Amino acid sequence: MKGHVWRPLLVVIGLVIIILVARMFYVPEDFGAQDRGYTFGYHRLSNEQEWKDYPAKYQDSEYCSGCHDDKTEELNAAQHGMIPCENCHGAAFDHPDDPEKLTIDRSRDLCLRCHSELYMPSSGRNDIPGVNPEEHNAGLECVECHNSHNPSLEEM
Amino acid sequence: MKRRDFLKNAAVFVSGASVSLGALELLDPRQLLAANPELRWGFLVNTHNCVGCGFCVKACKVENDIPLEANVTRTWVERYVITKDGDVVMDTPKGALNGFTSKLIDQNQSGMKQVDDEEIAQAFFVPKLCNHCDTPACVQVCPVGATYQTKDGTVLVDRKWCIGCGYCIMGCPYGVRFFHPVEHVADKCTFCYHRISNGGNTACAQACPFGARQIGNLRDPNDPVAKAVMNQRVGVLRDEYGTKPQVFYIGLNKEVR
Ligand code: HEC
Ligand code: HEC
Ligand code: HEC
Ligand code: HEC
Repeated sequence: MKGHVWRPLLVVIGLVIIILVARMFYVPEDFGAQDRGYTFGYHRLSNEQEWKDYPAKYQDSEYCSGCHDDKTEELNAAQHGMIPCENCHGAAFDHPDDPEKLTIDRSRDLCLRCHSELYMPSSGRNDIPGVNPEEHNAGLECVECHNSHNPSLEEM
Repeated sequence: MKRRDFLKNAAVFVSGASVSLGALELLDPRQLLAANPELRWGFLVNTHNCVGCGFCVKACKVENDIPLEANVTRTWVERYVITKDGDVVMDTPKGALNGFTSKLIDQNQSGMKQVDDEEIAQAFFVPKLCNHCDTPACVQVCPVGATYQTKDGTVLVDRKWCIGCGYCIMGCPYGVRFFHPVEHVADKCTFCYHRISNGGNTACAQACPFGARQIGNLRDPNDPVAKAVMNQRVGVLRDEYGTKPQVFYIGLNKEVR
């Protein structure tokens, strides 16, 4: 064959070799078809561990009971007993080390998530006593009158 | 074409076509259970219990570092109001990050709509999240092997490998994928893989005061989720896509899309 055929051909072959070598270094060893085969499992295996090591933010209500046992007892005995502490006080992270204190949310919005009156006959929302936010003591924080941990109307 | 050839070809075509139809066969949880004895994460949503407080959405965003005010979320809650005339009115303000506190239903361009209580036949909430399908469409379309399914069934995204092409976001029939505003890669629910793999609960299920959300091992016959999936009348979303979703719903309506 003539030079004008060989020269570009060599360039192409050279390029292919460079790409293959680069790929060898670039693609990690654990990359490939794993348990779920080529269609669903083609990935870098170590990424699974990376996701497992993702830092968690939420503890749980049991964690709080170690130190705030008075609050836990009060809450558990009351109508709000099923609400996890961290829903109202935010994720614990490493509390009490970091942050030292958790937030205390006294906003009406917090309570209205459940207590704003909606007519939802095919859901549990209808079993929660609702108030109309525009009429029920508008402008005042709910916790000025209600105890958020023990909301019993009798003990107000 | 000869008559004999025609019949032969027809027979081949019909048997071939029935095989691919067979691949779309309804998912039978019992079959799955028998096929693999170890671990397959599944999720159960009881829509009757959901009150639309949105604590799950908030917990998910905080746990997984999705900016609270960004207009994307890994899980959300939809409100359905079905009138006595059969109209379906639906909304999900900010994905229900702050719950549902108003009777006004957001209808986008056509503004806010209020349905009178007397007009309402049914009204309920439906939490949505990634279905961690058994045959995930989003994984199949990924050109670089950045999104994949683990052995235990969760569908994850490799953030170092994702090139942000967006195919998976378009490919998901459930619209659960989005572009992460900070990481600049495709993002989705991981079933809180870091929590469930270390013995914990998902952030959303833990935050739910009413037990509307539950994660479990579908391969363990004593697992409450596996039991409910086997013994109760559960439904899945968009079964017709053949993706075999693994989030099961109690109390699903045909109006829910
Ligand atoms: C290891 C013990 C410990 C645990 C566990 C713990 N806390 Fe605390 N918490 C403290 C201490 C100490 C303070 C600071 C008290 C102070 O300065 O008045 C505090 C403060 C708080 C405050 C603010 C009180 C105030 O008056 O400002 C809240 C709210 C709170 N914790 C909620 C929680 C919740 C919810 C949990 C569970 C997720 C929890 N804590 C777990 C020790 C703990
Ligand atoms: C329904 C929401 C809600 C839940 C659930 C809840 N709290 Fe509170 N908590 C509040 C609010 C609101 C305040 C502020 C009360 C006030 O200012 O009168 C508060 C105050 C506190 C305080 C500090 C104030 C004080 O009285 O010393 C602590 C500590 C606390 N909560 C711990 C807990 C723990 C622990 C739990 C779980 C067992 C819990 N809370 C569950 C809403 C909640
Ligand atoms: C997660 C949803 C939820 C949130 C958030 C919530 N509550 Fe409740 N609340 C309930 C439920 C459920 C009951 C119990 C209803 C029952 O026993 O029938 C209840 C009961 C009450 C009651 C007693 C009503 C009655 O008729 O006995 C009051 C008052 C109350 N809550 C006030 C509050 C206030 C104030 C806040 C905000 C600090 C708040 N709630 C936040 C769900 C919630
Ligand atoms: C000024 C004090 C005050 C404030 C502020 C207040 N409430 Fe009340 N609330 C009451 C009293 C008193 C009752 C019992 C009598 C009644 O039903 O009106 C009550 C009753 C309730 C009930 C029971 C209704 C029923 O039908 O059983 C709920 C739920 C409730 N409040 C929630 C809230 C929420 C949520 C907020 C904040 C958005 C709030 N309240 C703010 C004083 C207050």
